[in-house]
Amino acid sequence: MTRYVMVADLRRCVGCQTCTAACKEGNGTPPGVQWRRVLDLEVGTYPDVSRVFVPIGCQHCANPPCMEVCPSTATRQRPDGIITIDEDLCIGCSYCIMACPYDARSLVEEPHYAFGDTPTEAEAARRRKNLVGVASKCNFCVGRIDAGTARGLVPGQDPEATPLCVNACISGALSFGDIDDPDGPVARLLAENRWFRLKEREGTDPGFYYIWDKGTL
Amino acid sequence: MNTSNATGRQQNSGVALASRRQRYWDLRAAGNFIGGGSGTGLIVAAAVAATSGTPFRVPLLLGLALIAAGLTLVWLEIGKPWRALHVFFQPRTSWMTREGIVASVMIPFGVVAAAAANPALTWLTAVLAVGFLYCQARILRAARAIVAWRQKEIVGLILAAGLAEGFALALIVGLRGGIGLGLALAAGLAREFAWHRYCAALRREPGAAASIAVFGAPVARRLAFVQRVGLALIAAALIVSLAGVSGTAIDAASAVLAIGGGALMALTSWGMKALLITRAAFTGALIVPVTPIRGARPESAADGKAPALVQRHAR
Repeated sequence: MTRYVMVADLRRCVGCQTCTAACKEGNGTPPGVQWRRVLDLEVGTYPDVSRVFVPIGCQHCANPPCMEVCPSTATRQRPDGIITIDEDLCIGCSYCIMACPYDARSLVEEPHYAFGDTPTEAEAARRRKNLVGVASKCNFCVGRIDAGTARGLVPGQDPEATPLCVNACISGALSFGDIDDPDGPVARLLAENRWFRLKEREGTDPGFYYIWDKGTL
Repeated sequence: MNTSNATGRQQNSGVALASRRQRYWDLRAAGNFIGGGSGTGLIVAAAVAATSGTPFRVPLLLGLALIAAGLTLVWLEIGKPWRALHVFFQPRTSWMTREGIVASVMIPFGVVAAAAANPALTWLTAVLAVGFLYCQARILRAARAIVAWRQKEIVGLILAAGLAEGFALALIVGLRGGIGLGLALAAGLAREFAWHRYCAALRREPGAAASIAVFGAPVARRLAFVQRVGLALIAAALIVSLAGVSGTAIDAASAVLAIGGGALMALTSWGMKALLITRAAFTGALIVPVTPIRGARPESAADGKAPALVQRHAR
């Protein structure tokens, strides 16, 4: 089996938001919608204060609550674990947004642009009209994965088959790959480091791992 | 493979990102829950009236109209209204699909029941209506991102509130006999009990502070007070009815008590539902259980003691 997951090494993330920008550029998401966000958190008390940057987005759960509630079957789970939305089926009821414990989904009701009522040249070239009025979220750049694997490339190792945010990450904090491949980089990273996942108690079995320290428990 | 630290020992402090109010379901969505609940209650009241030989067409048709109006409101809210039929695609897991299926069966049954003035069909419609209301309650329960909705006690609350609203409206449209008053009072008390249970569950939930604050705000407290006034008026009307005293003035006073009580009970319950769907609907806090250890290990992390977490923000 294959299950694609994302790994974020919190020790490496510098909060530059390049992943966010790359995602917006590549996926043509409207203003206000960020499929890949980076939380900028401040921890501690003066003078012992530190900042923590946490990339978040769709966790591509093995047990996705969003898919369970979706009345239109627009939200689906692929055999490789990626959760997708069929924009042509979605009715825009926002129920999946209410069900996602990770706040990973968005819905834009009206088309709007970064500057005024008309799209900039870049927006006109990139914008996806079918994202208006429907739920949207990170899909691990599923088109790149499919196109890449069709050419024999390996997602997470070959950039052309890898999500844009991972390619763009300047510090190597983001990694992507098949967790079921024991020799793959993702499985190795997780075996050699301490990690957590968000909201484990929800029982969603998220496919997004956060490394926070070296060593194993 | 190592296990997540969310449930394991923690060597560095965690950080929580504050919850935020959902902004996608507005008063139109609240209108669906209001119409669904009140409509169901009215249909059940109509079925009871049909059994006792009381005219029941008006409450039955009004109940159906309220349910249809609620569904129309939610239809106006969805992003792609012309794809609305896609809502029927997922009966296996989605309570929203089930709600739609039950409604599409119930409304024609109800129309036929009203046209034929048939008590049996009215009861069948009432059973379907209760099923519809149950689906609505489960829709909220399945919304796991929203702390105020995902409580299991919300199911009882939505059912009791719907029946209470409908029985209260039934008093206004003329079902003001002893049975009607008794049902309205019983449903109102059941709603109070369900509300109490729901609030207690919410208080036990660690991430529900924002929702609790909404329900503790002056507007919610006033609604709760006025609702109890409504219940008291209905109780007074019931006492008059049970006392068997009659007379033009007494009958008029009893009717005023019943109508006033019913109106107060229905309106305040609608207000609380509007608060529940729009104002009190906060996402759960996103908790980052541990923060990264970069470079040299801080003493507190090395010796296993977590430093104090005081401040957090996100942009």
